[in-house]
Amino acid sequence: MKLLKFLTIFFFLFNFSFLNAQSENESNKITKNLRCLICQGQSIYDSDSEFANSLKILVKEKLEEGLNEKQIYDFLKDKYGEWILYDPEFNKNTYFLWLLPIFIFLLGGAIIFKLFIFRKK
Amino acid sequence: MKSKILPIILFVIFITVFFIFYKGLQNSNIYIPENNIEKKIPSFEVKNFASNKIENSDQIFEHNKFYLFNIWASWCVPCREEHKYLMKLSKENKIQLIGINYKDKYRNAKNFLDELNNPYDKIYTDEDGTISIEWGAYGVPESFLIYNRKIIKKIIGPINKKSLLEIKDIIK
Amino acid sequence: MIGYYSLIFGICLSFFIYFFSIKNLNDTQKLDTKIIKLVFLQFLLVAISFFGLIFSFIKSDFSNETVFNHSHTTKPLFYKIAGTWGNHEGSLLLWLLVLTLFLFLFLIKSKDQPKKYKILTLLFQQIIIFGFFIFLLKTSNPFNYIFPVPQEGLGLNPILQDPLLAIHPPILYLGYVGTSIIFSSALAAICSNYISQIWASHIKKWILVAWIFLTLGILLGSIWAYYELGWGGFWFWDPVENVSLMPWLALTTLLHCILVLEKRLILTSWVVILSITTFALSMCGTFLVRSGILNSVHTFANDPERGLFILIFLFILIFLSFFVFLFFYKDETKNTKNFIGLSKETSILINNWFMMYFLSVVLVGTTYPIFLEVISSEKISVGPPFYNKLIIPFLFPFLIAMAIGPKLKWIKSNIEDKFYLFLFFIISLILSTIIIKDLKINFLLNTVLVASAIFLFFISIKEFFNKKLINFSQNFAHFSFSLLILSILFNNIFSYELITNLKVNETFETEKFKISFESIDQKNKQNFKSIIGKFTIEEFGRDIELMQPELRIYNQPNIITSEADIKVNLFYDKFMTMNYVQNEDYFNIRYQFKPFMIWIWLSTIMLSLSGLLSFIQRKYEK
Repeated sequence: MKLLKFLTIFFFLFNFSFLNAQSENESNKITKNLRCLICQGQSIYDSDSEFANSLKILVKEKLEEGLNEKQIYDFLKDKYGEWILYDPEFNKNTYFLWLLPIFIFLLGGAIIFKLFIFRKK
Repeated sequence: MKSKILPIILFVIFITVFFIFYKGLQNSNIYIPENNIEKKIPSFEVKNFASNKIENSDQIFEHNKFYLFNIWASWCVPCREEHKYLMKLSKENKIQLIGINYKDKYRNAKNFLDELNNPYDKIYTDEDGTISIEWGAYGVPESFLIYNRKIIKKIIGPINKKSLLEIKDIIK
Repeated sequence: MIGYYSLIFGICLSFFIYFFSIKNLNDTQKLDTKIIKLVFLQFLLVAISFFGLIFSFIKSDFSNETVFNHSHTTKPLFYKIAGTWGNHEGSLLLWLLVLTLFLFLFLIKSKDQPKKYKILTLLFQQIIIFGFFIFLLKTSNPFNYIFPVPQEGLGLNPILQDPLLAIHPPILYLGYVGTSIIFSSALAAICSNYISQIWASHIKKWILVAWIFLTLGILLGSIWAYYELGWGGFWFWDPVENVSLMPWLALTTLLHCILVLEKRLILTSWVVILSITTFALSMCGTFLVRSGILNSVHTFANDPERGLFILIFLFILIFLSFFVFLFFYKDETKNTKNFIGLSKETSILINNWFMMYFLSVVLVGTTYPIFLEVISSEKISVGPPFYNKLIIPFLFPFLIAMAIGPKLKWIKSNIEDKFYLFLFFIISLILSTIIIKDLKINFLLNTVLVASAIFLFFISIKEFFNKKLINFSQNFAHFSFSLLILSILFNNIFSYELITNLKVNETFETEKFKISFESIDQKNKQNFKSIIGKFTIEEFGRDIELMQPELRIYNQPNIITSEADIKVNLFYDKFMTMNYVQNEDYFNIRYQFKPFMIWIWLSTIMLSLSGLLSFIQRKYEK
């Protein structure tokens, strides 16, 4: 029962993307999610390198052309590979990435239940 | 039974992790673009360096011949290094050199060419760097060898003696 | 030079220590004082070589390769000294110093522990020390000679020239290395069959020490990143940060677990596994950072040979502990029967459960790209959105459990004041609804999160009045944690920022405020040239603020850094940076308004303070 509750809460919350997403304007949101390829672990939004500045402009242009967030990601992924995206998509490469922690969570829960809760009876 | 299986599984996991880290050590951790060959050139519109006229990609690469699409800037130091190889390449008539002037001031770029000679057949300007991104480039200098509207070779960083020979080899 | 020889002596001493310890293991009842002396001598030798290196840095002795690579004559004295551990070789020497120091302290501080246990701890710790000795001498000798002697050094990376960063590594290492003692002691306790409540309360001190230092170390790094990296964040989910967070999570879990073990003999195997994991994670962190296998803001020297060495060493230790655990561990705990339902143990288990989940998120997120690249040679990045998505939804039940957990009693209890809990929860919900209502953000998620944080906040405040002095430190820790989460949340929700390009004398205006670029100033300092911009910010409804962000052009090595100007007060930080744009006459200006920033730091300090309090409390109880 408890587990079920957790699961529902979890999936409920999971559908919402990260904090204050809506308050950011679209372009900031996108550039925060892009890796600056020539920097060391910085996002495009945070970086001031030439590459980052151009990419910021490009993202704005693409938005004006009417592309949505997903299309811009796809466009850039096509050019630079998945490396540029900070938020890895859920695909065959990343099944484990997304599911392993969840699996560990469930496994941990199961162990606790098995070892300690069922002992009661 | 159970008490034996678990350690063995763990042991195997540890060994795998070890080998993966070991292999991972040999990989580079910086971004290396894939040399995706046979990719179609992107379509774009760009301003001509000299005449300020807008041209599109179909016009630029209209012929069925070799093109070298070279991104450069006057402020970029390695561009000076590769310049002499570009000059050599410009003497070949099987290949056309297209320069893309990346985030530069017109005057500085002009001075650069006046000082070192102009190897390019055509030059276009990329004021805000977005054209280069369309090409999947991430810095200057970077060059693309194009044939039949397809990218057949990509050179990241300055062209050197070796890559010059490779290009010459391909266009023969 | 003296340093090098004393290191050689130090490593030779390892053999003596092995010899005497093994001899001592079976003969007499008492611990041989000779061993303690030898351990002290070893510490002394490492200390000599460490101070020798500091001395070379002060003297700017460029015949030493490390000094040549990381120092410069024009550098201020303070940074010359700090430069000693601001590089790979020196920091490893510091690491070794802390290792030997901890071992020595451990031996003199645990006089009343069984001899066999002490000697075994010594042996395991000595294995680690020996490994680091080899590592230092073989792959990263800090005392390499250069001939001919260069006239001038290459200089220390300017962004490392910072008072906070000068003390950050030693403190962080105290935390990291502290986990090694826990590791050796856990292994020794298994071998000598000494896992008991006495052991728990003995090792708890060491866990606390490591935890306090690790917390402070992470905090310092975070503050540094905030004002030095110049984009106003304090946590980037950068691999190097994650690597320090992982042992912290494991250590926090262990700290909670050991509380259970101290009271009742359960969860023993779990405690042991955690002790081993914690150290393995610290070593794994060292490996990930020093081998350069990861792409991160904090670049360190990367050399595959070093990486390989740590990797092999790490796995030797893992396998060693694995086999020790397998062959020596005897599970003698059978009294898990009456351990059910609503009790403090359950709540701690729930804490463990969540902590392990957070740990696995960070671990998987950090190492997954390496695995994927090896297996399918595809490169992906795992960044903040990933961690946010997986961690934030779980914070809510975690915080609630954290509020209710300490109210439970050992073994079994009913919550007496259910009414209060419920009332508090409703109040928190209403409060957070009011706070979040008018903002254009994800309403539900934020409300729930803020509500649970406020709930924890209230409950722990109430507790301060409720109980006498028992568990004060625990309550204080939970209180600080709620404060930390609250300030992070509010900081996230209410921050705003503005990025624009400005020339001198230009003004930028929005409906909220006006930024004017007044003037620009140039100054020459000892080892850099500084360009200071003067800006006034007029926020409507608030006073006019003068901000002076700075650009520094360092001469050795030639790097431009931008120094933020931060105006701090209790309620908000104003943060401004100015960036140089190539080929342009304008500057890129970034202005940020960040509420409750200082509370993030303060609450973390309080958190580590609560660790210290727990120490004092223990003394007091005795």
